[in-house]
Amino acid sequence: MKKKLSMLLAGAILATTLAACGGNSTGGTNGGSAADAGADTGTAAAGAAFKLGGHGPLTGGAAIYGNAVKNGASIAVEEINAAGGAVQFDLKFEDDEHDPEKAANAYNALKDWGMQLSLSGVTSKPAEATSADHYSDRIFALTPSASAVAVTEGKDNVFQMCFADPNQGTASAQYIADQKLGTKIAIIYKNDDVYSTGIYEKFTAEAAAKGLEIVSTTTFTSSSQTDFSVQLNEAKNAGADLLFLPIYYDAASLILTQANAMGYAPKFFGVDGMDGILTVEGFDTALAEGVMLLTPFNADAEDELTRSFVTKYQEKYGEVPNQFAADAYDCVYAYKQALEAAGCTPDMTAEALCEAMTAQFTSMTFNGLTGENMTWDATGAVAKSPKGMIIKNGAYVGM
Amino acid sequence: MTFLNHLISGISLGSVYAIIALGYTMVYGIAKMLNFAHGDVIMVGAYMSFCATNYLGLPAIGGVAVAVVVCTALGIVIERLAYKPLRQAPALAVLITAIGVSYLLQNAALLIWGSNSKNFTSVVSGKPLQLFGGALPVSRVTVVTVAACIVIMVGLTLFTGKTKMGTAMRAVSEDKGAAQLMGINVNTTISVTFAIGSGLAAIAGVLLCSAYPLLVPTTGSLPGIKAFTAAVFGGIGSIPGAFLGGILLGVIEIFARAYISSELSDAIVFAVLIIVLLVKPDGLLGKRVSEKV
Repeated sequence: MKKKLSMLLAGAILATTLAACGGNSTGGTNGGSAADAGADTGTAAAGAAFKLGGHGPLTGGAAIYGNAVKNGASIAVEEINAAGGAVQFDLKFEDDEHDPEKAANAYNALKDWGMQLSLSGVTSKPAEATSADHYSDRIFALTPSASAVAVTEGKDNVFQMCFADPNQGTASAQYIADQKLGTKIAIIYKNDDVYSTGIYEKFTAEAAAKGLEIVSTTTFTSSSQTDFSVQLNEAKNAGADLLFLPIYYDAASLILTQANAMGYAPKFFGVDGMDGILTVEGFDTALAEGVMLLTPFNADAEDELTRSFVTKYQEKYGEVPNQFAADAYDCVYAYKQALEAAGCTPDMTAEALCEAMTAQFTSMTFNGLTGENMTWDATGAVAKSPKGMIIKNGAYVGM
Repeated sequence: MTFLNHLISGISLGSVYAIIALGYTMVYGIAKMLNFAHGDVIMVGAYMSFCATNYLGLPAIGGVAVAVVVCTALGIVIERLAYKPLRQAPALAVLITAIGVSYLLQNAALLIWGSNSKNFTSVVSGKPLQLFGGALPVSRVTVVTVAACIVIMVGLTLFTGKTKMGTAMRAVSEDKGAAQLMGINVNTTISVTFAIGSGLAAIAGVLLCSAYPLLVPTTGSLPGIKAFTAAVFGGIGSIPGAFLGGILLGVIEIFARAYISSELSDAIVFAVLIIVLLVKPDGLLGKRVSEKV
C-alpha cells in the first residue's frame, strides 16, 4: 500500500516537472544571454549593496502573487547589479502565506537581517499589518501590489506602486460607463476582505455619479467561498448584464464555472485580483473568454521595456509575467532612480534613507512597465492610468 | 421556482456536507475520538483523483478508485502511527494529535502539489438535468452525491447492524474494556473503522471537488468543520443523523443567504445549531446514553 502511494506521488512530481520543462522550452530564446549574465552577478558583494527586503505569500492560496513579485523584483535586481552602477541591491524575500501574523514574523526576520529599504507586503492584509512596523521603525516601504488604503493611511513613509483600492473601484466604474459596457450591474464581493470591500465602496459611489444602475449586490466570506448559486441567481433574476467581481481569481474561477453551469452569461468585469485566472491548473480557459479586467500592465505591449522584461521572465520562470511581477520590477527601478537622485550610499542607516526616499518619492516622476509619468502624493498613493484588458483565446489582450 | 432553485442548491451543498459528516460520525461513534484530520484526508483524496486523471490519464472511475485505495491506506497509517500509541491517553491528547495530523497533511500537500490552485475536472460529466422545461436545472453531480449519500448511509447501517465486524464495532463503541474481555480485537476493529472512514473521505473529496472545483491544500478544512457541525447537529455517532444534519445545514445556509442576508448566513446557521442543541442536547437523532459510574 505504502509503495503504491509513493509510486503515485513520484508520478505526480515527475509529471509536474515535465509540464514545467515544456513551458520553459516554449518561452522566448532571444533574451537568453542577457538573462544568463544577470544570473551570474545576481548578488552583489555584501556591504556594498542596499539591503532590500520584502514579504509575500510564496505558499498558500495567494502564492501566485508572492512568487510573481519575488520573480519580478529578482529580475530587476539582477539587471541592476549586472550593470554595475553605484546603486546595487541585495534582495531578501520572506514568505508570509497571506497571513498577517506570519507577516509580522517575516518582517522581524527581515529587520534582524538588516533591511534598509522594503517592498513591504504583496497582499493587502499582511502589508497592512507590517506597515505600522515600517512606520514606527522608520524603514521606507514601497509596496508593489498591496492596494488597500489602510496600508498607506497615516504613514508618511509607506508608498504604493499599484492603484489604491478606491482608485481601482473609481476607475472601473468610469471605464464601464465611458465604454458603455453595461447598464444593469450586479456585484459579488467578499465582505471579510479589506481589498474587496474597499473597491466595492468606491465603485458604488462612482457608479451612482455616472448613472450606472446597480441591480444586485451580494457577498460571500472565506467560509462560504464554495457555493455561489444564490448570488448568481439573484444577479440573473435582477436582469444584470454586467457582473462586477472585485475579488481574487480563485473565487472568481468558481463563479465563472457555476455561472456557466446555470447558463448565465453576463459580461464579467474584474480588477487586478482577477489577474492569474488563466494559470489555474485544469481550469477551462474557455470559461474566462471575454472576461474584462483593469490592470496597469499589458504583457502584449510592443514597447522595448515590456518586451525585454517579458522575454527575460519567460526565459527564467517559464510563464508570462502578470501585473504583480511588473509592479515589483518597477518598484526596484523606482528605488534605483530615487537612490541615485538623492545620492544615497549603502552605509546609510535605514532612518536616513527613509528621510531621503520620502523626499524623493513625493517629488520625482517615474517611467516604468506599469505606466508613464507616475507621481506619488504625500499619502503614498500613485497616479497613473489603467489599461482595460480582455481575455481572448486564453490570453490577455488590450482593449 | 426560485424557491425550488435555492432548495436544489441547498441540497447540493448539504449532500456534500452529509457525505463528509458520515465519515466523521462513523469514527466518532466507534472510536470515540474526533478525527479533525478527516477534512484533510478528503483533500488528499481529491488530489489523488486529480493526479490520476490529469497526469496518468486514467478515466474518472479509475481516479475515484485510486483515491479510495490511497485514502484507505492513509487512514490505516495515520491510525497506526498517530492514534494507536495514544489509546490509553486522555481524550484531549488524541484531539490535539488529530489537529497535528491535519496540519501535517496540509503542509505535505503544499510541498508535493504546490500552492497554486488547481481546477478539478468533475468526475460526473454531462449537462445539468432540466426539470420543468429548463426552469429548474439540477446538476448531475448533485444527483450522484445525494445517491451516493443514501447508498453509503444504508450500507453503513446494514454493516454495523448485521455483520460480525459491525457487531464488534458497536461493542467497542459501548465499552472497549468489556469488548476486549469478550474476545474482540479492539485494535483491529478501530483500524477497520478508520479504513472505512478514510475510504468514505476519498469519495467525499471527489464529489466535493466535482461540485465546487477549486482544489488547494486547504480545500478540505472548512467543509470538514462544517460537516463536523452537521454531524453534531444530527446527533454525533448516529449515521442517519449525519445525513439529516448535513442536508439541513446546507439548506439552511443557502436559504439564509438567499432570503435573509448573504452577510449573515453563517451566523444564522450557527444560531440554528445553538437553538437545536439547547432544545435537544444530543442533536436531532442522537441517543441519550446514561453514563455508568
